[in-house]
Amino acid sequence: MTEYETIIGLEVHVELKTKSKIFCPSTTEFGGDPNTHVCPVCLGLPGVLPVLNKKVLEYAIRAALALNCEIAEYSKFDRKNYYYPDLPKNYQISQYDLPLARNGFLNIEVNGQTKRIGITRIHMEEDAGKLIHQGTIATSPYSLVDYNRTGVPLIEIVSEPDMRSPEEARAYLEKLKAIIQYTGVSDCKMEEGSLRCDANVSVRPRGSREFGTKTEIKNMNSFKALQRALAYEVERQIAVLQEGGRIVQETRTWDENKGVTLPMRSKEEAHDYRYFPEPDLVPLVIDRRWVEEIRATLPELPDERRNRYIKRYDLPAYDATVLTATKEMADYFEECVALYPNAKAVSNWMMGDLSRLLNAHNMDITQCKVSPRQLTDMLKLMDKGTISGKIAKTVFEEMFATGKDPEQIVQEKGLVQITDEGAIAAVVEEVLAGNAKVVEDYLKGKDRAFGFLVGQVMKATRGKANPELVNRLLKEKLHSS
Amino acid sequence: MLELYYLTAHELHDLLVKKEISAEEICRAVFDRIDAVEDKIKAYVTLTRDKAFARAREIDRKIAAGEEVPPLAGIPVAIKDNMCTCGVRTTCSSKILYNFVPPYNATVVEKLEAAGTVMMGKTNMDEFAMGSSTENSGFFVTANPWDPDRVPGGSSGGSAAAVAAGEAITALGSDTGGSIRQPAAFCGVVGLKPTYGAVSRYGLVAFASSLDQIGPFTRDVTDCALMLNAICGHDPLDSTSAPRDIPDFTSYLRNDVKGLKIGVPREYMGEGIDPAVKEIIGQAIKLLASLGAEIDETTLPHSRYALPTYYLIAPAEASSNLARYDGVRYGYRAEDARDVVDMFMKTRSQGFGPEVKRRIMLGTYALSAGYYDAYYLKALKVRTLIKQDFDRAFEKFDVLLAPTAPSPAFKRGEKTGDPLQMYMSDICTLAVNLAGIPGISIPAGFVDGLPVGMQLIGKPFGEGTLLRVAYTFEQHTDYHRRRPSL
Repeated sequence: MTEYETIIGLEVHVELKTKSKIFCPSTTEFGGDPNTHVCPVCLGLPGVLPVLNKKVLEYAIRAALALNCEIAEYSKFDRKNYYYPDLPKNYQISQYDLPLARNGFLNIEVNGQTKRIGITRIHMEEDAGKLIHQGTIATSPYSLVDYNRTGVPLIEIVSEPDMRSPEEARAYLEKLKAIIQYTGVSDCKMEEGSLRCDANVSVRPRGSREFGTKTEIKNMNSFKALQRALAYEVERQIAVLQEGGRIVQETRTWDENKGVTLPMRSKEEAHDYRYFPEPDLVPLVIDRRWVEEIRATLPELPDERRNRYIKRYDLPAYDATVLTATKEMADYFEECVALYPNAKAVSNWMMGDLSRLLNAHNMDITQCKVSPRQLTDMLKLMDKGTISGKIAKTVFEEMFATGKDPEQIVQEKGLVQITDEGAIAAVVEEVLAGNAKVVEDYLKGKDRAFGFLVGQVMKATRGKANPELVNRLLKEKLHSS
Repeated sequence: MLELYYLTAHELHDLLVKKEISAEEICRAVFDRIDAVEDKIKAYVTLTRDKAFARAREIDRKIAAGEEVPPLAGIPVAIKDNMCTCGVRTTCSSKILYNFVPPYNATVVEKLEAAGTVMMGKTNMDEFAMGSSTENSGFFVTANPWDPDRVPGGSSGGSAAAVAAGEAITALGSDTGGSIRQPAAFCGVVGLKPTYGAVSRYGLVAFASSLDQIGPFTRDVTDCALMLNAICGHDPLDSTSAPRDIPDFTSYLRNDVKGLKIGVPREYMGEGIDPAVKEIIGQAIKLLASLGAEIDETTLPHSRYALPTYYLIAPAEASSNLARYDGVRYGYRAEDARDVVDMFMKTRSQGFGPEVKRRIMLGTYALSAGYYDAYYLKALKVRTLIKQDFDRAFEKFDVLLAPTAPSPAFKRGEKTGDPLQMYMSDICTLAVNLAGIPGISIPAGFVDGLPVGMQLIGKPFGEGTLLRVAYTFEQHTDYHRRRPSL
């Protein structure tokens, strides 16, 4: 049976978070009552003209530099012509043959190896509005249109067909998101549509040099959806080929509920966009000095940060990668380390209990009620012996739920560790007296009996007894009797 | 003395500041004239009588209060109906925009308001400025005041006819391939197309964005300079408007052409030009030579390609510019559509007239995959060659001189059956738009009682020199003082 190789390239749209839209002064704010964030220009009323928001150009250059692209010296806008009711001019101002940036790349980690994924080009364009239907588009008796999003600035980032599996595609998108977020030019929220992704997928017999016929997959609204959709599509294409069929070049849409990709339009039905230079805007001549000024303000990017964590904090590569995957996570980590120098302890808690709880509540770190100061205060309580590691887990859950300081929780719940030797010794005496049979077993050599006795002491102290003291005192008493 | 409605803006200004008349009287005189002749001429799509009188009285209050008013204060102007006027419907003489009321003013409308002018109304035009006779209006046909059986030219025929007939003192038109100069010639008035980028296009409903330019219609060259002073200048709302200082154009109004080098492109004096028109242009050349201008023949070798080049570039841009008229947001929407695509198709089929549809189809074709290189891209290259022809000519000459149109005004219906014949009436003006340079048409004589225009073409931002030559010519002729008898 033929073995197949998967080829994936991604086209990613990122909304830039400038205050105003790309060609007019209307706000870019997400949400708002329908058709309130609009003006004659973004509504495409007769006679209006676009004027480029310079901040959009700056942000696009910033993103392109972070993705290691070459910035064009001369670039221009073009009109992409197609009819759709969410597009008020029935053309989109985009860039065609002279995009802003080309020839970039980013690195992903695949099985512990670094792999470079090429970026073909980055261009600027305006977003379209949104259609609103009662139920589905097929059954709704009407279409309503909201133009609030119309004219929100976008960059489209087109990758090379360098990815060889859905996992790589996901890693690429996650890394792309991290890098863009680090530059501060976009929130990259897939759920709000400020990060959108289409994929070109094909398969070919392993060893073949020619590309197979590709399909374009749309409507993947999360990282998970991307991975699932691609995995489905790859299997579908292989199955078609193995049955002796041919792949049809077409655009397919991911159906999240059914877990399948479905045909949307064929190559023959594809639009002829009739691109031509936008006559209402003048070509861009991009000043090299300005580009270098922007480059100089780029923050530390994920790869650099990861390497610094390994060196400076002596963290394992895996920890460093996870902690730097989002800017927010890394910022949180650094705030903690500034207050509490044991980086590995911070890392363990962030990657362990904190991440587990965030995932369980479907939250990201920016929504977390536990501040870095509170987390490190808790670690300090452990170091002081005020609470045990086991109690800390309980305290942390409470902190996560309420946002209260760890000291307050420890006090309110009476979770202070008992370190008074006399008090613990008294409990130990009681436990030994009440479990003569077990003591006998232990003395006969049954090691497991010891664990039971520890358990009984902890139970009697409601978990608050210092475990080391319990162990030592129990052993002393047992061996002296 | 002529009737008030037949005076020039600068004459009226003198009477106003001397307090011999009021702005309200001027306004009344012009509206009385409109009431008397509009049935015959049909220059206006919309009249803004109440607003106009309110505005005129406001100007009178300023004058009464001793304020110094600008030269165009209280002057009645007509605005071509493709320039957006806040709260006043703006139709482009198209059924598809029959009810469109813009919530904003075009920059030129703002500027004219700041200059104190009084808007009389919005004038008729070829639908979306596509045409040369105003017969392509979606509403009605405008008559030439010199002979109501003839066309006023186009596409700014309503504005030209309004000024010629005394229904406005000055007017604004737009010129994409000759749409100011040709109707100015047909109606015996002065019309100027400025350099591309000299006047803001913000609020001008686009036909072909890289060619469109707004300019004035006036009764003489002095008024033309005053209007240019009012409307020129950089506009941050129009990225293609030139960021440069504008001169006082009246400073160019000098009765002197001595030593000016004027070139006459032989291509505009050859085949296809009415001999009577050639005769008049020949006399004008003699007059200017006698006044000390140095006149010589020159050549624009690629000018024969101007028409095909224009009819690829302009429709291509138009096919995209006019895509927004789909019935979704404003304007006409067809009834009984099955779905959105059906609504688009019915709305556009019913809303656009035949010439607009023809150009949308031409432009869509020229931009289509597989044809783009052969048509649109080739046209862009030829456009560069045409521009280079002018650059070369202007190395030797200060100004070029040519007929504005190959013939005087033609009869209504004469060319409507043959689009190519209609296109030919812009043969002398198209190249100027492709090159982005300024051109003015001034009255240069009459043939059988019909005015003939002379076109002067200048270097980029060379409007001043055009005004100087035109003004000198005007000082030695009286064609601009003639008025049609209606």
